Amino acid sequence: MIDDRERERVRWRCRRGLLELDLLLKQFLERHYAGLTDRERAAFVRLLDLPDPELLDYCNGVSRPEDSELQALVGKIIQ
Amino acid sequence: MTPPIRRFDAIVVGAGGAGLRAALQLSEAGLKTAVVSKVFPTRSHTVAAQGGIGAALGNMGEDHWLWHMYDTVKGSDYLGDQDAIEFLCRTAPEVVIELEHYGLPFDRNDNGTVYQRPFGGHSANFGEKPVQRSCCAADRTGHAMLHTLYQRNVWAKTQFFTEWMALDLIRDPSGQVLGVIALEMETGEVSILHSRATIFATGGAGRIYASSTNAFINTGDGLGMAARAGIPLEDMEFWQFHPTGVAGAGVLITEGVRGEGGFLLNKNGERFMERYAPNMKDLASRDVVARAMATEIKEGRGCGEHGDYVLLKLDHLGEERIEKRLPGIREIAKKFANVDPVRDPIPVVPTAHYQMGGIPTNYHGEVVAPKGSNPEAPVPGFYAAGECACASVHGANRLGTNSLTDLVVFGREAANSVIEFLQENPGHKDLPGDAADRTLARLARLDGQKNGERVADVAAELRRTMQAHCGVFRFPDLLAAGVQKIKRVAERVARTEIKDKSKVFNTARVEALELDNLIEVATASMVSAAARQESRGAHDRSDFPKRDDVNWLKHTLYFKEQYRLEYKPVHLKPLSVEPFEPKARTY
Repeated sequence: MIDDRERERVRWRCRRGLLELDLLLKQFLERHYAGLTDRERAAFVRLLDLPDPELLDYCNGVSRPEDSELQALVGKIIQ
Repeated sequence: MTPPIRRFDAIVVGAGGAGLRAALQLSEAGLKTAVVSKVFPTRSHTVAAQGGIGAALGNMGEDHWLWHMYDTVKGSDYLGDQDAIEFLCRTAPEVVIELEHYGLPFDRNDNGTVYQRPFGGHSANFGEKPVQRSCCAADRTGHAMLHTLYQRNVWAKTQFFTEWMALDLIRDPSGQVLGVIALEMETGEVSILHSRATIFATGGAGRIYASSTNAFINTGDGLGMAARAGIPLEDMEFWQFHPTGVAGAGVLITEGVRGEGGFLLNKNGERFMERYAPNMKDLASRDVVARAMATEIKEGRGCGEHGDYVLLKLDHLGEERIEKRLPGIREIAKKFANVDPVRDPIPVVPTAHYQMGGIPTNYHGEVVAPKGSNPEAPVPGFYAAGECACASVHGANRLGTNSLTDLVVFGREAANSVIEFLQENPGHKDLPGDAADRTLARLARLDGQKNGERVADVAAELRRTMQAHCGVFRFPDLLAAGVQKIKRVAERVARTEIKDKSKVFNTARVEALELDNLIEVATASMVSAAARQESRGAHDRSDFPKRDDVNWLKHTLYFKEQYRLEYKPVHLKPLSVEPFEPKARTY
């Protein structure tokens, strides 16, 4: 039940100011979220705390996060 | 049962550029101010504004607010209120300099002044030549604005209710607005936010269209709340579209693709632009291309299961040229259309971008509605600014870079009006006993619904209906059928059911409540569009191809009750200068 609400909370935080991120994050949630480890889920929460333009740059390959866990997540988001 | 009550001097609903600018003004004036936002403030859709903020600073050469005003009036196709437009353009330089002082990192010239970029539609000397008027912070002006204003609000002790959704407006029997009913997502609890004044800055509602550039949060919550509270919506037939967005996603494909030699195909593989524009073909102007695409789709030559898009072919350009000349397009197509344009065409469709209409206000940000013989009587205690409001500075079509200008000019002005109102109206007025009843009944209906329909299904039908019947180019038969169809969708919205009944972070409930708002905006847009028998600005009709100033130089007012329409005059008289008389619009 706690997991279920946590997923809902994360789902809402995937609502962004930029449409591109809404679309990519929605797809990521549907395809990958259920299979993430606890550690990856924690990293995903960190990723969602980033400002939209920075997150979009990562997704567009304009720049790369230094944190390797975030890097791995971005890889899954854009695959 | 009465929900818990929290009291504030002022409540701002929405934390984009307009809401944050308004809240800052209120908090700095020492008022106890609350901002209610569905998402964290810096994730508002203002972040998507890249073009900059228009203001006649004259940093790059001679410029004048009157020239900016001329461009805005002309851009509005003469439907904009000229008093409000004068106010916008005269105030713009001041609010930009204020933002600079707040620390917004604008790009700069060598002499230290704010750098200004050229932007389409902006001219010097009444259309004589282009002028550089757009102030930018790289391509992140919207983000920089949000960040700057949010920080400053934190210092000013604005109280943020983040991940709260306002559900309904509270009005007393005299019609005065006394705050909102709001839902805290974390707990699912409903509260009354009781205020002496309320500002809506809830943004646009582009999500009424199947293809929209708007973020998912843009569900027109403020417009829905206003409509349910008996307040009219103004000029909702005017929606700005972009000709080529990825079908089903809404992400834009730059017009540069056609410039490089890409062209459009219908389901028969025909290069249809050759029929509509034999000389210019796919390089014809934006509105000609958008009309042609809409006509192909209407006449059954669209592609896909629903026949609701066309194809943009560019594989003939070759991989090397696509990579070199159209950077990013291949990635966008792969990510959002699941096609590699080096091999396959991209499904595209005209895509909604910006809502010119909204909650009617005067140029002081006061919400106005007809009362007796006055078509514009202020609604006491109620204010609106930004895309949710209709001042009306954009009229029938918005000029690029004026959206950010609108946010800060009218965000600040609405707050100044509140400050003045509160000086004259001390204390909180009593809440009506039934303040929350209607909202609680709506929530109870949703929770108790049996054998209802899925929110996602009804929302999809709403969006398809708007896209097919009230899109970029409008046909009388489709509009008439669209009015009937959207009324049937409204009946289905009233019967939605959610499976998840939990209180804590129930996003299904939030999405059902958003649909309640979307349907108000959609219905207002469809009904208003079907009634306006002319083409003006973004409202483009196949059966009335010309602007008709004799009969239609007037604002539409849509009332939810019985889908009623009224009209009110355009303010053709500016505040201090001579009017700009309606003329044919050529660029």
